[in-house]
Amino acid sequence: MGIKINKDLCTGCQSCLSVCNYGGITIINNVAAITDECTLCGACVEACPVGAIEIEMEEIATEGVDVSQYRGVWIIGEHYNNKIQNVVYQMVGKGRELADKLQVNLTVVLLGSKLEEELKELSQYGVDEIIYVKSPILKDYCTELYVNILTDLINKHKPEIVLIGATPIGRDFAPRISKRLNTGLTADCTGLDIDTKTRNLLLQTRPTWGGRIMATIRTPHSRPQMSTVRPGMFKIPEKIEKQPQIKKIEMDINEKDIITKIVKIIKKEKKQINLEDAEIIVAGGRGVGSKENWKIIEELAKKLNAEVAGSRVAVELGWIDQDRQVGQTGKSVAPKLYIACGISGAIQHRVGIQCSDIIVAINKDPNAAIFEMAHYGIVGDLHKVVPALIEELKRLKSEEELKK
Amino acid sequence: MKVFVCIKQVPGVAEVKIDVTTGKLIREGVPSIINPVDKHAIELALQIKEEQGAEVIALSMGPPQAEEALREALAMGVDKAYLLTDKEFAGADTLATSYTLALAIRKILQESEKNEKYLVICGLQAIDGDTAQVGPELAEELNIPQITYVQKIEFKGDKIIAESALRQDEVMVMETRLPALITVLKEINIPRFPTLIGIVDAYEKKEVVYLDTRQLNADKRKIGLTGSQTQVWKIFVPQQKGEHIKLSGSVKEMVKQLCQYLKEDKIL
Repeated sequence: MGIKINKDLCTGCQSCLSVCNYGGITIINNVAAITDECTLCGACVEACPVGAIEIEMEEIATEGVDVSQYRGVWIIGEHYNNKIQNVVYQMVGKGRELADKLQVNLTVVLLGSKLEEELKELSQYGVDEIIYVKSPILKDYCTELYVNILTDLINKHKPEIVLIGATPIGRDFAPRISKRLNTGLTADCTGLDIDTKTRNLLLQTRPTWGGRIMATIRTPHSRPQMSTVRPGMFKIPEKIEKQPQIKKIEMDINEKDIITKIVKIIKKEKKQINLEDAEIIVAGGRGVGSKENWKIIEELAKKLNAEVAGSRVAVELGWIDQDRQVGQTGKSVAPKLYIACGISGAIQHRVGIQCSDIIVAINKDPNAAIFEMAHYGIVGDLHKVVPALIEELKRLKSEEELKK
Repeated sequence: MKVFVCIKQVPGVAEVKIDVTTGKLIREGVPSIINPVDKHAIELALQIKEEQGAEVIALSMGPPQAEEALREALAMGVDKAYLLTDKEFAGADTLATSYTLALAIRKILQESEKNEKYLVICGLQAIDGDTAQVGPELAEELNIPQITYVQKIEFKGDKIIAESALRQDEVMVMETRLPALITVLKEINIPRFPTLIGIVDAYEKKEVVYLDTRQLNADKRKIGLTGSQTQVWKIFVPQQKGEHIKLSGSVKEMVKQLCQYLKEDKIL
């Protein structure tokens, strides 16, 4: 097993060198050679223009997993204060698409205590079945209970795909389930599709290397194929008329059997909408210049009824709170409109905004990287452009009011 | 008590730049570093040792060059370091990695006194893979409880009380008993720098123990690429979608144009 280089085909072009993140490949006598650092990630295989690099895989012995027994797409629904999270609805949209391609049912599984009202809402989005596990103790999240209950349900019903929101909670329990079931789990997916050409495998695309590279990952030999799905990536579908079958399972759980307990929950003061759910975001970066100047960013946001965000620099300089940071080390956002003011657009920032529908960049440096991805770019001093934009918005608004 | 810290050596990705014309990574001159949040995990282990006494053991799985990362951990004050390295470990996904790490932890525990309690600390996630899966999978493999996204921790006898950021607007205070595994956030502490004596000791007095497939008595079906259930099928550089319009004219004109476009896009 390993990477094999066909010396007759290799032209020594070095294309493989630049894609290798580990120093795992080198050129010796004009021919590529694999070093000890190789992690078998396969990046060079894709990069080779002449097909000289091959990854050899031993056929993995699949012990007793008959993949044909598994059927159906499942979504595990996270809720908070008896409210089902947006990411669940987003996954329902995508899950419906996957289930239709596979011609199977779409099921949402919920563990909770008082979700009856929420089930009515969820029932309107084209789900075939809802499994609702009910117990007073499931009011709050608990790793052990989620892992035990969900593993049992999966073993019993054998879904072929299980999607979980890539929220902290989803990322807390999903890995334990995948380990217990000895099946593959792909983290933080931003794209999902079915490879109908082959064996109907789930194609799970995710950013890696802080978004510099996208990787599509498959789970060929074990089931279910599990993914956590990044919030904000998929659109919430339209409501349709279709009544799902609801299976309610009442469970009697003894609190004493739980090892890890919640001692208390401390509320943080919450003033704003989560950035991930925002429709419009106005963000500022180094170019804003000072905390005093930051006010115009806030003013523009107010005018647009938008949320305010910042680049890492803006957070480090104390102009805005850490939880408002957008980018690789902050939040990934997917608003309809993202206005970047004085943000140069380091790759870490661009990764976090790549799912925005429309990106507007205002920057005085015409070579700023942000312009590469901006749909509308304004080269200019934000201290002049932003106030002018606020004025224009005011003017448009009064114009509209006159029309009425 | 033993405190295990699992660390990963990664390329200093924050310093990796992209060649704008080819869209490829420029790797030259990029140093390998300890995954940033793993340093906070090491710091926490050292603080636990100082406050209540513990043996701190650093573990890493990787190529032989990952020894550097373990030497740095030793220089910070870690007592012992183990490098899990073998060609057969290459290509491991998180399932295979957590299996291999668990073997090492069990081996070390078996060789020490019976029923010694222990804590495993991992950084939340690595900057190259960003999966955050190895920690919870390792806890499952060891069959011990976990608390992830930890930003503060306190000991009460055999119990730990941890503040977790599992929810965006809340701090969840959770309690569990040892042995347990936690994954930590950067907010938990500020990692110390190695002292000069620490660096000298790391190279002269302390050793990095190598463990391979044979020494770990690993099941070959569960390690490396063979033990991985996920397969990388395709790797590509993300493409930008949509057209890019640079506006021109005076500030007033540009702003007017922008609002016009946004109206057409049905955003305003």
